[in-house]
Amino acid sequence: MNEAIFFFNNAIVSGLVIGSVYALGAIGVSLIFGILRFAHFAHGDMMTMGAFATFIVSLLISGLGLSTSVPIAYFALPIAVALTAAAALSFDKMFYAPLRNRGAKPVTLLVASIGVTMIIQGLIRLFFGTGSHTFYEETSKTIFQIRLPIEGVRRAITFTEPQVVIVVLTILVVVALRLFLTRSRFGKAMRAASDNSDLAEASGINIKQVVRITWMIAGGLACLAGTMLALDVTLKPDLAFNIVLPIFAAAIVGGLGHPYGAIIGGYLIGFAESLAVFNWGIFLRPYRDQLPDWVPANISIVPTEYKLTVAFVILIVALLVRPTGILRGSTT
Amino acid sequence: MIRRSIFFYSVFFVIVLFVMLFMGTPFTVRLLVEAAAFALIALGLNVQWGYGGLFNFGVLGFVMVGGFAVTAMAMPTNPDFWQSDGPWMLGRAILTAGAGALLIIGAYRLNRLGWPAFIRRTAQVLAWIIAYVAFRTQIDPAVVYIEREAGWVGGLDLPVWIGWAFGGLLASGLGLLVAKVCLGLRQDYLAIATIGIAEIVRALIKNMEWLTRGTLTVSPVPWPVPTPQLVQEWDVSIPDSFIVARGLYLLLVLLVLIAAILVMQRAYRGPWGRMMRAIRDNYVAAEAIGKDVGARQLQLFVLGSAFIGIGGAILTSFAQIFDPSAYQPINHTFLIWVMVIVGGAGNNLGAVLGGGLIYVIWVVSEPIGQSLFTGLSELAVQIGWAPIPDINSRSVQMRVLVMGFVIVLALRFAPRGLLPELLQTRMEPSPERGIDREEGNDRGSPRI
Repeated sequence: MNEAIFFFNNAIVSGLVIGSVYALGAIGVSLIFGILRFAHFAHGDMMTMGAFATFIVSLLISGLGLSTSVPIAYFALPIAVALTAAAALSFDKMFYAPLRNRGAKPVTLLVASIGVTMIIQGLIRLFFGTGSHTFYEETSKTIFQIRLPIEGVRRAITFTEPQVVIVVLTILVVVALRLFLTRSRFGKAMRAASDNSDLAEASGINIKQVVRITWMIAGGLACLAGTMLALDVTLKPDLAFNIVLPIFAAAIVGGLGHPYGAIIGGYLIGFAESLAVFNWGIFLRPYRDQLPDWVPANISIVPTEYKLTVAFVILIVALLVRPTGILRGSTT
Repeated sequence: MIRRSIFFYSVFFVIVLFVMLFMGTPFTVRLLVEAAAFALIALGLNVQWGYGGLFNFGVLGFVMVGGFAVTAMAMPTNPDFWQSDGPWMLGRAILTAGAGALLIIGAYRLNRLGWPAFIRRTAQVLAWIIAYVAFRTQIDPAVVYIEREAGWVGGLDLPVWIGWAFGGLLASGLGLLVAKVCLGLRQDYLAIATIGIAEIVRALIKNMEWLTRGTLTVSPVPWPVPTPQLVQEWDVSIPDSFIVARGLYLLLVLLVLIAAILVMQRAYRGPWGRMMRAIRDNYVAAEAIGKDVGARQLQLFVLGSAFIGIGGAILTSFAQIFDPSAYQPINHTFLIWVMVIVGGAGNNLGAVLGGGLIYVIWVVSEPIGQSLFTGLSELAVQIGWAPIPDINSRSVQMRVLVMGFVIVLALRFAPRGLLPELLQTRMEPSPERGIDREEGNDRGSPRI
């Protein structure tokens, strides 16, 4: 039983948390791809930017003299989401829209997004330096421990407050997105534009507005995901750059242009990563004495250093076996 | 077009002269060596992207493989390793890997037996699992043993130029692998896949301490020409010795670069280059007239990778240190893209110019940014504000921002770069057409 709890604490919780972050990021990537048909490479840095926006806003709030028992980041989050959405819109206006209006190919936009990546990275490092920051300077992370009332169980089920918030928020976002896409006028317009942009325009949908809404949603979700990740680990300039690959893997595995697929893909990649680096030898520990010597103590599918390869291998296998993704995504 | 090339190359040399005036000759020669190596790398990316329209966002991986190749070839041998059981254990691991590969290939050939599809699938998956587990049981103890007994495998004590050649070979091997797996993908997917492979290569080289020494770094990597220390023994003063030694190195690198440019220029003008451009601009039409699109793209990718690998090898042996943690996507992937796009995708001379120019700007902007920031900080103090904290680390980041703006502005206002690709029509001579067509929207070649 102790082993099962260890497994829950180390593999399931971390898979759930990182999966939520991937899912939130992948929804944005997938939406942008569905509407604008290009892989928005700067999405990871948009997440970092969102996290830093939350950081500044919470510094400002605490500068006003407010202090709370929970981290101020939670109060700063809505403002930061709005700021990041606005930033995403203005990035589109400044860098992508002129290229689109010229009739440039999606590939050109992809290359432009490298430029945007560098601009965001440069700005963040210019203003915040290369060191890491934390949201928990004044308050400490609340840790929940649940002890099971079973004989002989020493370990407690352990998780932290931001981890709960991440998972709950992701569920809320998914439900809200579902309602938005199926019930609201804008959501329906987005789905129509994603299916066939020309036809949607011909039937009177304002494509420019759809594009604006897409950027706002993607930017807001990026801010949410970035902040959540920064709350769970630490805030540093290369925070999201390291997870842009798993996010793209999640979006592609789920089916590009398909927001629900992105959610499935996100959790799939998240769990695959945490289960692959988990030390399965833990389960053999009680039987250590009976086992022969050649059984190693550490049995993980891949060494921790190669965690990144897991997402990539899944991506390649998915591309070879089912190139459209789990849910059939857009093809062009 | 020729006038345009001469103009921009002269601008480049004027900038270099200015750098020489302010920073001194030894610094400038060093800068030029590195710029030449980056130009070679940019040429490689130009072959992939400019000729073929093939995305490679994993330039970093190929540069790194080239760097590793030099250390593997040119470093002195490690007797501790060769006298231990290490070679025997490694050999066993390699044999296991070979057997595993045979098993996997066998599983994929099962369709000849006419068995149902799901049995074949299961057999393939099982073969992969068995091969992987078997390999891990052999390699894991070998790694632990080598790291404990000998530290690392060591080099082979061969001449440096063999290391450079091996860098090209290893990088083109990696390119072949990438191309085999990923070239069938659409462009966006190819971009992500190449990033993934580069990141995996980075993780491997960083963590395979037994082979690459990982974060412990390898130094000093030998030079193919006399080092400054050696030159000093010929009764040359210390500053001059740096100029002489680096100058010799520069000559060697320029030789490699010019040879590469000549070969690629000739290939580009010939039927081969015409076919490649045809494939890039309309692969459906090219396929319809009987060109083997897949095989040609593979060829381009491998060729470009070789140049990038050689460039990486030159950089590592010049720096005399191989430090896997020094490789960053911004410095070794995105910067190369800026070079090719600013220089002019599809034009060899453009890519080379972009490589040199952007690298010089990249390096020089550090001291400029620093003095700018110091000035601003003093100004802030005079008004009564606090000085800017940690100026040094921040001003370095300034150049990332500048490069970002350069790439975005170049795409918007000069999508074909400083030296655009020459579009030859049947009515010779009409080189100026290449420039005229740039005025319109970006129809035609290249893709940006």
